[in-house]
Amino acid sequence: MEVPKDLRYTREHEWLKVEGTKGVVGITHFAQDQLGDVVFVEAPAPGTELEQENTFGVVESVKTVSDLYAPVSGKVAAVNKDLEANPELVNKEPYGKGWMIEIELSDPGQAESLLSADDYEAYIKEQQG
Amino acid sequence: MSSDAPLKTTPLFEAHRKLGGKMVPFAGWHMPIQYAGVIQEHRTVREGVGVFDVSHMGEIEVRGLEAKAFLQALLTNDMDRLDDGGILYSLMCYEDGGVVDDLLVHRFEEEHYFLCVNASNTDKDFEWADRLAEEFDVQVDNISDRTAQLAVQGPKAEPLLQKLTDVSLSDLSYYRFLQGQVGGRKALIARTGYTGEDGFELYLDADAAVPVFDALFEAGREFDLQPIGLGARDTLRMEMGYALYGQEIGASQSPLEAGLGWVIKLNKVQPFSGQESLKNQKDKGISRKLVGVRLTQRGVPRSHYKVLHDGQPVGEVTSGTFSPSLNIGVALCNVPTAMSKVGTQLDIEIRNSVGAGEVVVLPFVPSRVKK
Repeated sequence: MEVPKDLRYTREHEWLKVEGTKGVVGITHFAQDQLGDVVFVEAPAPGTELEQENTFGVVESVKTVSDLYAPVSGKVAAVNKDLEANPELVNKEPYGKGWMIEIELSDPGQAESLLSADDYEAYIKEQQG
Repeated sequence: MSSDAPLKTTPLFEAHRKLGGKMVPFAGWHMPIQYAGVIQEHRTVREGVGVFDVSHMGEIEVRGLEAKAFLQALLTNDMDRLDDGGILYSLMCYEDGGVVDDLLVHRFEEEHYFLCVNASNTDKDFEWADRLAEEFDVQVDNISDRTAQLAVQGPKAEPLLQKLTDVSLSDLSYYRFLQGQVGGRKALIARTGYTGEDGFELYLDADAAVPVFDALFEAGREFDLQPIGLGARDTLRMEMGYALYGQEIGASQSPLEAGLGWVIKLNKVQPFSGQESLKNQKDKGISRKLVGVRLTQRGVPRSHYKVLHDGQPVGEVTSGTFSPSLNIGVALCNVPTAMSKVGTQLDIEIRNSVGAGEVVVLPFVPSRVKK
């Protein structure tokens, strides 16, 4: 399972990439593998205020449905429109073209509360049993 | 079946692992849910050919002078419709009309049959059948453990399988079977399936599963044969509107509501389990019906989601999925008969939102089984 070192992670399998005052959010390689073929992503409209740890959307795969949790608080700055026509990008490039939303961070310090790559890797090993 | 019992494995367990199959617990078995991905596997079966390991399915053999009379009493369909080499879809019902299981009856000859039943119901079915067998000159055997089953499905199934057998497959009609050899192993070759495509189900001795599976892949290279998991098996059957035990049918659901009246021969001369109750149900009139609902907007309906009509709950989804062929959500729903007409607007409550849909003709996708 791919776990890029420069990202932060949640226990609900979202990743966060901080770029200045903004953060890009998606789901991890492990998450997409567990979900199987993603058929659509329901994301909030730009401008929506998100609260850390609250749900911000839904990802539906053929097999199952899963909530998406905001890794940090802030305002939705952008949504990945490409996922409407090509939801499979979440499976193919979970850390790249499969990104979901961009958040204007209300408290950049919150990112520190998330798991590091090493901690997340240990966490998913545990999950796999 | 107790939930802490160790999971059973089919003879192909290691083969699935080597093929990258994602193994999950299913009906007491370790089974592959997917290999490359459900959507790709689904398309492989619709467009090419795929092979499923369905060795978890149960097989029950029935022999004896009164085998036919026994099956007439046990099953809802009419055994007079079967000749040697014929296959019939039937239900097995409780006295109250609830369903013990749905199954396929294969007739070798008037005094010898075998039933293919659902994995999760095999032990229950066998006990149910064996109890009734006491009243007949008949022997009932559960041969599931020594029987493996492979399903070879898709428009290229016949040319692929023909490479491995001397039996003339083009002469084998839908719902007929033959005994022959596949890849040098004894096999029962049935022209049946659960996908809506042309194809075959092969019943083998358990020790023949690995060599026949390998032979299929060897011969299947030119057809790009792919292994298919239970995930795609489910999406394929849902596009066909085929019932699944535990969802569309079950012990406390009416098979008449599920649209299975065509396999319930209420006028059979010999009485069968459930006949009285089902007759009563029919006489009173069936107030609910299973329909196909196709969403008109994105969203994935799933089992037990509420079905709404003009905002009011009127039933629930028995099975739902994203249809890989139609690229939209589809659902089988139990609704009042008055709302079952094609074109009726029925919406599905999908979590916190409502997915608009309408009743469409089943199957959702045209069947291409051999006529």
